Amino acid sequence: MAPVSTTLDRPEQRSTAAELEAREVSAWFGTNKVLEQVSLTMPRNTVTALIGPSGCGKSTFLRILNRMHEKVPSAHLSGEVLLDGYDIYAPGLTVTATRKRIGMVFQKPNPFPAMSIADNVTAGLKLTGTKIGRSERAELIERSLTRAGLWNEVKDRLNQPGTSLSGGQQQRLCIARSLAVDPELLLMDEPCSALDPTSTYRIEQTIAEIVSDVTIVIVTHNMQQAARVSQQCAFFLASQGTPGQIVESGETAQIFGSPRDPRTADYVNGRFG
Amino acid sequence: MTLLLDDPTEDAPAEGVQEQDAPRSVDPGLGRVDKTFRFTVRGIGMFVLVMTVAIGGFLGWQATHTYHDYGLKFFYGTTFDPSRNLFQIAPILLGTVEVALVALAVGFPIALMTALFITEYAPSRLKSPLIALVDMMAAVPSVIVGVWAVKWLQDRAIFTTRWISQNLGWIPIFHVDGDIDAASNTWQINFIGSVAIAGLVVGLMIVPLACSVMRGVFDLAPLSEREAAYALGSTKWGMIRTVVIPFGRGGIIGGTMLALGRALGETVAVLLIITNDDTPKIQVLSGGTDTISAMIASQFGNAHQGQLAAYLTAGFVLFVMTIAVNTVAAIFVNRSRSGAGVDV
Repeated sequence: MAPVSTTLDRPEQRSTAAELEAREVSAWFGTNKVLEQVSLTMPRNTVTALIGPSGCGKSTFLRILNRMHEKVPSAHLSGEVLLDGYDIYAPGLTVTATRKRIGMVFQKPNPFPAMSIADNVTAGLKLTGTKIGRSERAELIERSLTRAGLWNEVKDRLNQPGTSLSGGQQQRLCIARSLAVDPELLLMDEPCSALDPTSTYRIEQTIAEIVSDVTIVIVTHNMQQAARVSQQCAFFLASQGTPGQIVESGETAQIFGSPRDPRTADYVNGRFG
Repeated sequence: MTLLLDDPTEDAPAEGVQEQDAPRSVDPGLGRVDKTFRFTVRGIGMFVLVMTVAIGGFLGWQATHTYHDYGLKFFYGTTFDPSRNLFQIAPILLGTVEVALVALAVGFPIALMTALFITEYAPSRLKSPLIALVDMMAAVPSVIVGVWAVKWLQDRAIFTTRWISQNLGWIPIFHVDGDIDAASNTWQINFIGSVAIAGLVVGLMIVPLACSVMRGVFDLAPLSEREAAYALGSTKWGMIRTVVIPFGRGGIIGGTMLALGRALGETVAVLLIITNDDTPKIQVLSGGTDTISAMIASQFGNAHQGQLAAYLTAGFVLFVMTIAVNTVAAIFVNRSRSGAGVDV
C-alpha cells in the first residue's frame, strides 16, 4: 500500500483562484430593501471576512455572490457581480456553471444523509453530470478530503454515511465536497457558528491552507475569527429601518487596528452587536 | 474491597434528620373538564378499534364455516361456480391482484410525477389549485368513474391494448386469443372488460391518495440539503434525484402501498367494467376477469344460506390482505418522516 501523501500534490488542478467584485449591489425581499449599493472587491487568494451585527445583510450579500439569493421567492437584486471581470448575472453564464465556480459552505453542516462519506465528496460531480473514472474518483476523494483536513480521520471508513461524523467533521466534509468540483471561490456563511472551539480551529487551519488556490469570502460573527483568518475585511451595518451598507472595508489589520469610522471601532471592540 | 465503596445505607441514618428519600409526586392530576374530554376521546377511539376487530372477527368466524363446508380447497382450488356450489377463490384472488398491479403500474408514475411537479416545479400560485384539483379526483364517486370508463374510456383504450398485444403478444401476459387483427370491429370483443382496462381505471382512482402522501413527504425535504445541492451547481433535476427522492423514499413506497390497499378493494368501477370470467388466467389484455369485491357485490344477492359464509370468507381474505398492505405502508411512511431526514 502506498504511503498516504500529506502534501497537496495535484498536477491536474485546472482552475485557479478568481477575483470577485460586487458593484453597487442592492437587494430586496419583496418590497423590503435589505442591501443598499454595496460595492466590494474580493481579491484572489485572500480571505475576505464580512462582519457586522445580525440582520445587516452579510448573508444576503454572500448569497448574491453565487446566485443563491434568487432561490428565495420574492428576492430581487440590482447591480453587478463580476467574476474575473465577467458579470455572473449576465445572460452568457448559466446559473449552474456559476455555482460550480463559486462554491458555498453553509452555517449548519449539511452532508447528504443518504450518501456515504465518499459519495458526499463526489456529489457535485454526480449533480452536474460529470463522468469520472474509478481511479480518478478515488484520487479526487483523497485529494479533496486532504485539502479539507479530514482525510486522516475518515480514510478507513469512507463508506460510512456522512452523517455518522461529528459536527466539525461534517463541516469539513462539506468543505471537501465543495472543493471537489474545483471552485475558484469558496463562500462560507458562518461555517463555525455551530461548532466547538477545537473544530473551529481545524476549520480555520483548513481555510489558511486552501486559500492558496481558492479565494475565500467568509461571514462571521466572531471578531477574533475574522482577525485570525482574514486579510481583507468589510464591516456591514444596518441602522434602524434602513437597508444594510458597508460602513468600512479594507485590510483586516487596519479595520481592527485603526478603523476610520467610529462605528467600526465600536463594533470590533465589542461595544455593540 | 467493599470498604472502598460508598455505602449510602451507612451514611443516611448517621445524619438523623434525613429520612430515606423518595421521588415526590408533581402530577397535579386532571381537572374535571380534562377528565371528561379524555373519557370521550378514549371511548370513541376504542369504538373504532372495536368495530374493526369486530368486523375481522365476524369474517373470521364465517371462515370457519367455510372451511367446514368447502375445505382448504376454498383458498387454492381453481373452479369457482356458485351454480354448482363450487367455491374456490384462487382465480378471483388472482384477478384481484392483477387488477391491483395494473392499477399500480398506471397510478404510480402518474402520482409520482404529479407530486414532484406540484412540490418542485409548479409556480407557487398554482400549487393550491393543483392540489385541490387532484384531491377532487378522489371525490368523484366510483360509480361515475365506472360509467365514464365503460361509455367513453374503454372504447379508446382498447386500441392501445390491441396495439400492445399485436406487438408484445409473444409475452404470455400480453397474449390475446381470437382474431385480434380483424378488419371489422369484431376484434373489439376480445379486449372488452379486461384486467388492463379495469386496472387502468383503478390506477387513475388511486392517484390522489398516492400523490398526497408523496407530496407530503417531498415537501419535508430539508431546505439545507436542497441548498447544498444547488450550491454545488446542481440542476433542479439533479437536486430532486439526490435530495428529494432519497428523502421521500419512505413516502413513495408507503403512498404506493396505501394506494395498493385501495386498489385491492375497489368495487363498483371494476364491477361495471369487467366482463365476468371466473377461470384463472394471466392474460391481462384479454377480456374477462373477476375480483373479490366485484364478485361479492354481484353475487351476494343470489346466495342461499350456506353460500353466504363463503362470500364473507372471500371478503375476509381481502380484508386480511388490505390490512397487511396498509400496515406495511404505515411502517414505511412513519419511518421516512422520523428517520430519513436526519436533521443535524
